[in-house]
Amino acid sequence: MAKNDLLGGSLWDQYSNKVTTLMNNPNNQGEITQEECDAAGHTLIVADFGAESCGDAVRLYWEVDPASDTIVASKFKSFGCGTAIASSDMMAELCIGKTVQQAVKITNIDVEMSLRDDPETPAVPPQKMHCSVMAYDVIKKAAGLYLGVDEASFEDEIIVCECARVSLGTLREVIKLNDLKSIEQITDYTKAGGFCKSCIKPGGHEAREYYLVDILADVRREMDVEKMQASADAGIHGDFETMTLVQKIKAIDATIDESVRQFLIMDGGNVEIIDVKDSPEYIDIYIRYLGACNGCASSSTGTLYAIEATLKEKLSSKIRVLPI
Amino acid sequence: MQVYLDNNATTMVDPSVTEAMIPFFSEIYGNPNSLHRFGTASHPAITKAINQMYKAIGANDKDDIVFTSCATEANNWVLQSVWIDKILHGEKNHIVTTEIEHPSVLSTCKFLEDMGVKVTYLPVNDQGIVEAHTVRAFITEKTALVSIMWANNETGMIFPIQEIGEICKEKGVLFHTDGVQAVGKIPVNMQEVHVDFMSMSAHKFHGPKGIGALYIRNSQKLTPMLHGGDQMGGRRSGTLNVPYIVGMGLAAQIATTNIEEKMENIRAKRDRLEDALLGSLSDVFTVGDRANRTPNTILISIRGVEGEGMLWDLNNALIGASTGSACASEDLEANSVMLAIGADNELAHTGIRLSLSRFTTDEEIDYVIERFESAVKRLRAISSSYAIVQPTAGGATLACHIHH
Repeated sequence: MAKNDLLGGSLWDQYSNKVTTLMNNPNNQGEITQEECDAAGHTLIVADFGAESCGDAVRLYWEVDPASDTIVASKFKSFGCGTAIASSDMMAELCIGKTVQQAVKITNIDVEMSLRDDPETPAVPPQKMHCSVMAYDVIKKAAGLYLGVDEASFEDEIIVCECARVSLGTLREVIKLNDLKSIEQITDYTKAGGFCKSCIKPGGHEAREYYLVDILADVRREMDVEKMQASADAGIHGDFETMTLVQKIKAIDATIDESVRQFLIMDGGNVEIIDVKDSPEYIDIYIRYLGACNGCASSSTGTLYAIEATLKEKLSSKIRVLPI
Repeated sequence: MQVYLDNNATTMVDPSVTEAMIPFFSEIYGNPNSLHRFGTASHPAITKAINQMYKAIGANDKDDIVFTSCATEANNWVLQSVWIDKILHGEKNHIVTTEIEHPSVLSTCKFLEDMGVKVTYLPVNDQGIVEAHTVRAFITEKTALVSIMWANNETGMIFPIQEIGEICKEKGVLFHTDGVQAVGKIPVNMQEVHVDFMSMSAHKFHGPKGIGALYIRNSQKLTPMLHGGDQMGGRRSGTLNVPYIVGMGLAAQIATTNIEEKMENIRAKRDRLEDALLGSLSDVFTVGDRANRTPNTILISIRGVEGEGMLWDLNNALIGASTGSACASEDLEANSVMLAIGADNELAHTGIRLSLSRFTTDEEIDYVIERFESAVKRLRAISSSYAIVQPTAGGATLACHIHH
């Protein structure tokens, strides 16, 4: 929220002139019939995506020359808002003259870019990006029908945000690399979730297979596990002062094991860690001597200094060792 | 010609109202709380506006009508202060409302839920109204407040406020009604209904935006929301907005004088428009029994024509209307009223609301009929719902992937 958000902009004022023009007069609106295709010896492909009850529906018609797999004519019908009609029209336009194999590479981003008046200004406001996604989905479906393959085979990665075409792999990587902690940060870094918002969490405009909230939670959990794993692996070599209490106790134990405990045991004694208390100045380690050490004169002098010096050297200069 | 048919969103200020307001900006501008002549100069006009308000809704002199900045403030005030008075400082913990209230009621209820209040959102029937027996069934001993609108903004459907009021009286539960879409459109008489609180908004009946009011029966307790200089008898602090109070009073008086006659006039135009559209277009339906609807409202669903697309074409024809379609909203959320009434969710995507006013003319209705029909014709020519060639085998849509 800031000055520019006080009066929300008008939805329609954010449409490009191209969107407005195609909405008012779509060039490729219409149908292609079986008779027309039969007369030319061409193949007719008709694919639907969405339904009226869903709020968006598009039907795409292709007349394909089977000799070259070239789309010689492409038309559409759409139940949708202005941007859905304009996007469908641009999609049909982009298909014409391409082979089916080329057409299937057209994405919603291509459709939206083609609808821009200038390359720097989006053709539609963020929440309307979603309309061009239907164009992409229906092309895949038509190509699947023509080539006799499953439309899913055209997708080599899992797309989480269709509007911005951000894949699961990219999201996971960006979250990890940049240590992202919120959905807002993910949107800032990748644009994912910045458009129709369906992919952010369940219950949005469209049901999704993957949601940003789940991906973020999963990656954060993995990062935590990795961090713990790393500090466990690093053991006494980790950054002692930032360790959790349990990690600190383990590191102290490991250090004592390594350098002190064997001498105490040789003398018939031992030492246990009772507690660790952090303050800005000191890390106080409370210990209790066991066996022969308990009551040994050196336990409050030489042995104590040795333990403290070792821990100070290996772990942190803030350490004080206090026997109880 | 340009035609404004979005009068349930806001209305034109009646020019005579504007005229009555003007002296109170730069001529009679004193603070009514001041002792000097500049301050007291506005008192006769404020008194007149108060009298106009009391008469417009048939309030008793023992009742309060407190001016607020808008009906959103009035709705927030009732809900939040009943929470403070009866729930935080009382034994109650429950509020009953409906799922098709205005956002200023629904959002406040959501906020109160976060604060630990139990809220029941009553469902509506296929006519888009809550039946009185449903309200009775959900009132418990813990219920502090029932808040139900008098008429709905999207459908114009009128709720059984008299019956609900009797139930609340019998059960000893406070009853608030959001009267924004009723006052000035249909007769509203507080002597004939048992209502504890009623919210009103001037700009829905040809008054200015930025002023509303809350009716409080018997001047009963309701902790103030705005604390300060104790204006309005301490009920609502803030310097009195004199020109807007004058405007609201006059607008209420004009709207409610001979209201039956005004209603008949608007109803005749509305019915002519509705009959024409239902008669000339196939696959269309309107929501709600006309006899139980505010006389200015039509909610029409047009198969195969998405609401925002329709609004776009109407706008190109210089006609202002409204849609609850998800596509036309900032957040892509379908309108809760449309979803609640159902009709296979079609209404949520194809509903167009046309709302008239007493300034709507017969010529405007003729123009709208003509342009509405041509817009439907154009959009249905593009619509996949009316396509003839069927999908290639395997090319049909199997499941709806969109929620709303």
